[in-house]
Amino acid sequence: MIDLRNITKTFATESGPLQAVSDVSLQIGEGDIYGLIGFSGAGKSTLLRTINLLERPDAGTVAVDGEELTRLNLRELRRRRLSIGMIFQHFNLLNNLNVYDNVSFPLEIAKVPKAERRPRIERCLEMVGLSDKAKAYPAKLSGGQKQRVAIARALANEPKILLCDEPTSSVDPQTTGSILAALKDINRELGITIVIVTHEMNVVQAICNKVAVMEHGRVVERFDLHEKNIVPQSPIAQFLFKNEIALETGRETEARYA
Amino acid sequence: MLDNVIYAWPELLKSLGETFYMLVLTIPIAVAIGTPLGTLLFLTRPDSFLKWPKFYVLLNGVVNLVRSFPFLILMIAIIPFTRLVVGTALGTTAATVPMIINAVPYFARFIEQVLLDVNRGVVEAAESMGANKLQIVWKVLYTEARSGIANAVTIVTVSFLSYSTVAGLVGGGGIGDFAIRYGYYRYQTDVMFVTIVIMVLFVQLFQFTGNFVVRKLDKRL
Ligand SMILES: Nc1ncnc2c1ncn2[C@@H]1O[C@H](COP(=O)(O)OP(=O)(O)OP(=O)(O)O)[C@@H](O)[C@H]1O
Ligand SMILES: [Mg+2]
Repeated sequence: MIDLRNITKTFATESGPLQAVSDVSLQIGEGDIYGLIGFSGAGKSTLLRTINLLERPDAGTVAVDGEELTRLNLRELRRRRLSIGMIFQHFNLLNNLNVYDNVSFPLEIAKVPKAERRPRIERCLEMVGLSDKAKAYPAKLSGGQKQRVAIARALANEPKILLCDEPTSSVDPQTTGSILAALKDINRELGITIVIVTHEMNVVQAICNKVAVMEHGRVVERFDLHEKNIVPQSPIAQFLFKNEIALETGRETEARYA
Repeated sequence: MLDNVIYAWPELLKSLGETFYMLVLTIPIAVAIGTPLGTLLFLTRPDSFLKWPKFYVLLNGVVNLVRSFPFLILMIAIIPFTRLVVGTALGTTAATVPMIINAVPYFARFIEQVLLDVNRGVVEAAESMGANKLQIVWKVLYTEARSGIANAVTIVTVSFLSYSTVAGLVGGGGIGDFAIRYGYYRYQTDVMFVTIVIMVLFVQLFQFTGNFVVRKLDKRL
């Protein structure tokens, strides 16, 4: 579904060139919920953004659904982007448009005829449980609701892929649950492939079937989370998994004494 | 004492009419030309969407050049141009030429600034949806910046109500001309006072209307 090969991306910064992603290859299958985890500055966002070429890699190729995006011209790339949804940590909704018009926005971009928009918008809002908020402006919504509007907006053009950059990093743990549940639903019901960047192992454990651990611009380890015994080799993966285990035992302990 | 005011009243109304005539020509033209220019300034800035660095340097330079002229000097300096455009350098229509030339880059700068305030993330989200540059400008930038644009129109209108008085010095008529004749040459303080009160009321009205529109357009809070 998504095939990244030898992706390298270097930024020019004041203190010289900075290699944000170094020679990363990653294959993501259809229907996967694929996690990209790592600490701040590891290059997760940069790698994610190369998938729809918001960030154009200096070297390497990006192929989606067998089509090499890195070879397309800008016009063709825009057409392909219609079928790759994206959501962000800070939601990035249009603040001067209400919820309905925000979800309508990508349909207008895609020049969907007006008559077809309404049923699609209503279906998307229903999917994220916000039909009753259609007339509300983003400023009046909670963080979790805003992110669900962003999900509805990303779904409007019926994408096959949804890219998520820390979708739960600016909401509380409870809201995180509702956003993750919405993502899981759309993956199951619509078969949409999801790539999710996070620095929280909980998020990975909650919805991902695969995960790649990133550090200093490289993927240091990857795991299939359906496997029985996962034995992390790299120190960073050990740290991330151990944290989660500590959390689990904490919960078990709590349960035992409840 | 009231006699002076009553005597000057018809003249005052005529002058006010001329001032509004100048504003009604200047502001819409400044908005119509300044908005696309300001948008181009924004789009061609280093690190922005259009990689036209030479164009930016040129446009930015011209905007700065025109903006650096004190208004009275601009007015005198472009008299030949004004004559070319309206056939004469005298009169109210002629006075609007320097006003427009001053207002266009002023408004363009405002637009550039207002667009800079639009959240980059929203623009990026639109890009990720496959929006082209024109769609980003129309559907994202202008939508998100609309209250800022309304605010800019308000400020420019109030400023040019003030600039329009300078036109009185070169035979452009208007409220400035009126003030010179009655307040300065005839020294009628009462007439001057009434004029000032009327101007203050108009500025308040413009500002109040502007703020109202801005509040209506702004859904960010
Ligand atoms: N546009 C840019 N210009 C310059 N440097 C950048 C740019 N984008 C990212 N970087 C740098 O590249 C490195 C990787 O950034 P990236 O955003 O991919 O990290 P991340 O893993 O997503 O981290 P975080 O958890 O903080 O979001 C960082 O050091 C960052 O400062
Ligand atoms: Mg990031």
